Amino acid sequence: MSAASAPSAPSAASAPVAAPPARAGTPAVPTPAGPRRGTPGGRTGRRVRRALLGLLAVVVAVVWAFPVYWMVLSSLLPSARLRASTPTFLPTGTTLGNFRSVLDGAGFGSALRMSLAITGVTVVAVLVFAFLAALAISRFRFRGRLTFVVAVLFVQMLPAEGLFIAQYKMLSSTNLLNSVVGVSILYTAAVVPFTIWMLRGFVAGVPIELEEAAMVDGLSRVQAFLRITFPLLAPGLVASGVYAFLQAWNEFTVALVALPAESARTLPLWLRSFLASSANRGVDWGEVMAASTLIAVPVIVFFLLVQGRMTSGLVSGAVKG
Amino acid sequence: MSTTAARPAPATPPAPSPSPPPAARRRRRFSPTAYVLLIPAVLVLLAGMGYPLYWQIVTSLQEFGLAQQFGQPPTFVGLDNYARIFSDDRMWAVVVRSVVFCLVNAFATVGIGTLLALLMKAVHPVVRVVLQVSLLLAWAMPLVAAVTVWKWLFDWRTGVINWLLVQMGFDQYSGHTWLAQPLSFFFVATVIIVWMSVPFVALSMYAALTQVSDEVLEAARIDGAGPARILWHVTLPLVRPVLSIVLLLQIIWDLRVFAQIKLLQDGGAPVGETNLLGNFIYEIGIGRQDFAGAAAVSIFVLALTVLLSWPYVRNLLKEDR
Repeated sequence: MSAASAPSAPSAASAPVAAPPARAGTPAVPTPAGPRRGTPGGRTGRRVRRALLGLLAVVVAVVWAFPVYWMVLSSLLPSARLRASTPTFLPTGTTLGNFRSVLDGAGFGSALRMSLAITGVTVVAVLVFAFLAALAISRFRFRGRLTFVVAVLFVQMLPAEGLFIAQYKMLSSTNLLNSVVGVSILYTAAVVPFTIWMLRGFVAGVPIELEEAAMVDGLSRVQAFLRITFPLLAPGLVASGVYAFLQAWNEFTVALVALPAESARTLPLWLRSFLASSANRGVDWGEVMAASTLIAVPVIVFFLLVQGRMTSGLVSGAVKG
Repeated sequence: MSTTAARPAPATPPAPSPSPPPAARRRRRFSPTAYVLLIPAVLVLLAGMGYPLYWQIVTSLQEFGLAQQFGQPPTFVGLDNYARIFSDDRMWAVVVRSVVFCLVNAFATVGIGTLLALLMKAVHPVVRVVLQVSLLLAWAMPLVAAVTVWKWLFDWRTGVINWLLVQMGFDQYSGHTWLAQPLSFFFVATVIIVWMSVPFVALSMYAALTQVSDEVLEAARIDGAGPARILWHVTLPLVRPVLSIVLLLQIIWDLRVFAQIKLLQDGGAPVGETNLLGNFIYEIGIGRQDFAGAAAVSIFVLALTVLLSWPYVRNLLKEDR
């Protein structure tokens, strides 16, 4: 029920590895006393049906992964091949030339630095702020607690588009447009509600009896917390940190209004302008795909590594990247 | 068993550690510490969300034109801005377009996602892992990179989709510009959004399906129900809580589509006919500097979001008990 059980949840990635219980149709092990009414003919029919479904699943998998494959493949092909009237579907004659010209071109380095700075500040701020708030709402009872929780839950649902004009005016009147600080404040405020909720589940999942037992054994309350509870929260902090990273790294909408200057572009804004400037000379898709790959591959790797932890947290929360 | 499957959150994992009885868990302290712990989170939320929201409400009730840009104090005009915006035909065109687009996308996403979840349940575990990895790849793609890749796939000159359609005998698609007409523009946008959103639905629904107990399905089978009846009368009712939450989230998320549209418009699409609510706010706020009008539309969007979010928030609050 709570996000606390997220790490061991039957997440979509880990579940299929375990022997699935729904193997009733496996023809190799016929259980004689079973309630199955399958005649041999029926069993063959079931096997054919299952094979067809398997084929369908593979086709769907290929279709779904195709854009990602196409991005990487195109990034590795010289532009002459991409302009040919028949597309190249297999990675033959690949080159890293596109990557070289993207990395040598203007803008990538500064956009990378900008993204790293904003993401770094946001992740640290989110982790500290959300952790403290999660402690407050799961370990204490106080006047205004329910109000705070309800406010947090509603705030996490608010769309960036409903506030970004006001945020733009606020930053411009405080001279924080195009600054790391300004965007980081907005990102932290946008990500902190969901992280509070996620961490709340983790903190609530550590029984307070553990701490109390440690205190009976002579530890102070702070010591008991640091030695007993905190280590148990590590998975929650990792999941929250990764979540904040992905949000800040991929964010486009708020960055569009808060970072209008060319020199302050983050990577998503840079990619957009890269495509636009390439369009002026009849889009060099090889270079554009190399730029996309540079942004996407680290995120995909990171996402796949931690997704088992993230899925259930994402589901019980409400923010989509 | 059926109660386990019918728990309300999509990521309902079976609790790994037996949670302490409610009485023990609710032993919280009354203490000022809680307020101190909340200070950072509250401050950043006030700065990043609270103040902009306040500014937006005030501005939507004021005259905020060019004169105010140059320093004149704004005058209070009550609901004039709302009256002005809501008597504008363009506003209603945008609202209708956004709602239709949102519902089409949300139902398509949930429908396809549920079908894929059922497919995952039916196929061999190896095939299932292949499909899941493929879905995760799509899910992990950063938004800007994803839209960029799809623009390449739908490119009018050398895009692989036009090539494929021509190969299949649809010669009229040779050199077809997808993004130039509103209808095919929204078709492309729908393809992208469904592609990006289905993984979340499919994996959540699959997690829910694995919780439907085999005994229940077996019992239905013994009673003579066919696969279609089992699906309709047993499985779907058991996963309905998850299904409705996922659908609600999709509706809320698809109502706020901004970045995808904005990025697709870059190619020279008819902006006025392809704007959704977020883009409309951006256009009148940043583009025309009509902050009062933009604030009024924003408040409308926020109110709509809060209204739609209410069932979801109430459901999450149950977790907080």
